[in-house]
Amino acid sequence: MKKLHCLRQMKEKQKGIIKTIKAKGELGRRIRDMGLVPGSKVMVLGRAPLKDPVALRLNDFTLTLRNNEADYITVETEGE
Amino acid sequence: MNKNITVALAGNPNSGKTTLFNRLTGARQHVGNYPGVTVEKKEGSCNYQGTCLNVVDLPGAYSLTAYSIEEVVARDFLVQDRPEITIAIVDASNLERNLYLTLQFLELRIPCIIALNMVDVAESRGIHINAKRLSELLDVPVIPIVARSGKGQNELMNSTVNFSAKGQQRRPLEISYGEDLDSALAEMEPLICKAKFLAPTYPARWVALKYLEADKQILEKGHAADPVVAEKLEKIARRVTNHIHNTMDTYPEALIADHRYGYIHAIMKQGIIKRDNNNDRLYLSDKIDKVLTNQLLGPVIMLLVLMGLYHFTFTYSEVPVGWCEAVFGWLGDMTDQTLPDGLIKSLVISGIIDGVGGVLGFVPLIMFMFFGIAILEDSGYLARVAFMLDRVFRIFGLHGSSVMAYIVSGGIAGGCAVPGIMAARTLHSPRERLATILTAPFMNCGAKLPVMTLLIAAFFAENEALIMFILTLLTWAVALLTAKLLRSTIIAGESTPFVMELPPYRLPTLRGLLIHTWERTWQYIKKAGTVILGISILIWAMMTFPGLPEGKADQFEQQRITIISAQPKAFQELKTVNENTKRSEAAEALSETLKEIGQKESEAALKHSVAGRIGTSLEKVSRLAGFNWRINIALVGGFAAKEVIVSTLGTAYSMGEVDSEETGTLSDTLARSSDWSPLTALSLIIFVMFYSPCFVAVVCIVREAGSWKWGAFSMVFNTLLAFGLSVAVYQIGKVFI
Repeated sequence: MKKLHCLRQMKEKQKGIIKTIKAKGELGRRIRDMGLVPGSKVMVLGRAPLKDPVALRLNDFTLTLRNNEADYITVETEGE
Repeated sequence: MNKNITVALAGNPNSGKTTLFNRLTGARQHVGNYPGVTVEKKEGSCNYQGTCLNVVDLPGAYSLTAYSIEEVVARDFLVQDRPEITIAIVDASNLERNLYLTLQFLELRIPCIIALNMVDVAESRGIHINAKRLSELLDVPVIPIVARSGKGQNELMNSTVNFSAKGQQRRPLEISYGEDLDSALAEMEPLICKAKFLAPTYPARWVALKYLEADKQILEKGHAADPVVAEKLEKIARRVTNHIHNTMDTYPEALIADHRYGYIHAIMKQGIIKRDNNNDRLYLSDKIDKVLTNQLLGPVIMLLVLMGLYHFTFTYSEVPVGWCEAVFGWLGDMTDQTLPDGLIKSLVISGIIDGVGGVLGFVPLIMFMFFGIAILEDSGYLARVAFMLDRVFRIFGLHGSSVMAYIVSGGIAGGCAVPGIMAARTLHSPRERLATILTAPFMNCGAKLPVMTLLIAAFFAENEALIMFILTLLTWAVALLTAKLLRSTIIAGESTPFVMELPPYRLPTLRGLLIHTWERTWQYIKKAGTVILGISILIWAMMTFPGLPEGKADQFEQQRITIISAQPKAFQELKTVNENTKRSEAAEALSETLKEIGQKESEAALKHSVAGRIGTSLEKVSRLAGFNWRINIALVGGFAAKEVIVSTLGTAYSMGEVDSEETGTLSDTLARSSDWSPLTALSLIIFVMFYSPCFVAVVCIVREAGSWKWGAFSMVFNTLLAFGLSVAVYQIGKVFI
């Protein structure tokens, strides 16, 4: 079963496919430059000791973004 | 056949661009700045089969938008300086994202070849890339290389030289951006071509794309070049933007990015990439991160690493700093013995030698600091520090990486703001970086410590450790809160997005570390050195001129003559017997008296000088914080270097020059003085902690922030802030005591 989540709500090690990105301007540009576009597969690698920012694994690399930046991104996950 | 060509190196951060640059150019490189901005411009040269290549290392970028200054600099260079060839460095282990930038080069229609770097890393992860196929599909030469080992370097040079000789024509890359955008582009392109709008600098289709992306820089340029055409293009762009927003709830900029990735994706599917294993395989980097960014272990290890960096910078640099001091001390002694007493001698010793010594004395510190930071940066650990600390620093409008600048500046008491301000270079967010640069000098640097030790020993001897600890906490609190204040007033603005790559851990190469360290150190010597020498002479002049008026000086001379003529025998003994041998009591007493007169004269001269006059005239105001004119003069001198406060206080209290390492007698004098109380000492400690950075630090602020405005700001703002805090402490304290 497929479910839509906000990226912030995803748990560690959870995988999904990016559905939408609502950020615009500089933030939107930076997110896209990093390859976070609809259709990319992501996995939550972990979070910083203070629970923010979050580390994501894309295809071949790792990137981090703050929780309030993750709020702009929705992800479709399998199962649960 | 000797030929000169310009080659630009461009690529993502962490793609091995700098490694390749160092490989190609070796030591034949120099670092400057792009005109008008603080972005570093690295250039170097190399020869290949009779062709001289002038290699320019462009700032690392993920894209070519107008959002960050690095990207604007990179694309301005590509279109305006028109390098004969651009080598796009692409990380083979992360091909898709890296090609995103390469596509933008191709769209910009600049001559380009792809250096497919780190093929070894990719292979080890089970990623195989068909370079030949990629070259065919993009119609661009693709050369697999390993920049670290130099593998493929010859082939790369070969095709660079050949490519530029042929002046190859490539079929232009035209990506389809979907129906809506394509039709808008089709409408805009003829308009642009017909009016020769922004031509020949930018290709028509690219300009049209930038209008759709609402690229600030191109919009401005377009408006300046031809307002009529610009207006037409903007109208089309607005129409399409509204349409896309209404129908798809997105923006042209986002659509363009999606289609570029779509295009890359389509290429990848044509047999470019083959993967042995599945993607979930835990790479070595992830395993290391399990420990280094672990919730409990992570912060502990980070603390140890930061302490380690601190000790490395300040403990190991002690030896070369000692050498520097010894050399300049020796030079000073030599001058003292050879030159006759007088103004010239004073200028040479106190102005020039101390000035040059001051500049070079920082060099070992800066070298060690940059070496240490280069290790953390090149290995990839610095990004993890930013990752772990971001939550804390963000509250104050800063960035996780700000911690480096703070620690080096004296976040652990005893650092130095000069390398600290330079350490802020690791920050790529302009507003956060400026706030860090402006607040780092609040930290308790090594030069403030002698002042603090002197005052604490005189007035709070029992609680020394506790007070030092409280002061360290206080300095962090003030720095962070000031950063917050600045970020919500004069450097206000949204925080720069944090979105950041966590690069895989890599073992730094010694060659890279050394080049990195040397070029930054050399830049400091070259750029800051001359200014610092000038200011050092200026401060010397302020504390020397005008000299005592004739009458005053004569009075002291008269005193000397009276005393000497009263005891001719003792004076004779003083003149003939070496001071290390035992002398009669009368001679000793005479020597003491003469020394006292000399010290009284120095005190009078200091009071009479420009600095002295500033100090005396400020006494009315400074009394609010409990400072008399003597303290004021010392604080003026402290602008040269904070440790000068101690020696100047010594002169002002007629004790001669006091060595900042041995302050016992001065602290006794202060403790007994009727003008001093523990409250005065506390108020002074606070003032010294927070007032204007020393001028070496100010010069660095100017260099790093890119304008004298910020240097002037930090001098005025910090001094006002410090005075406000001192007055508050003193006045409130007086009520309770």
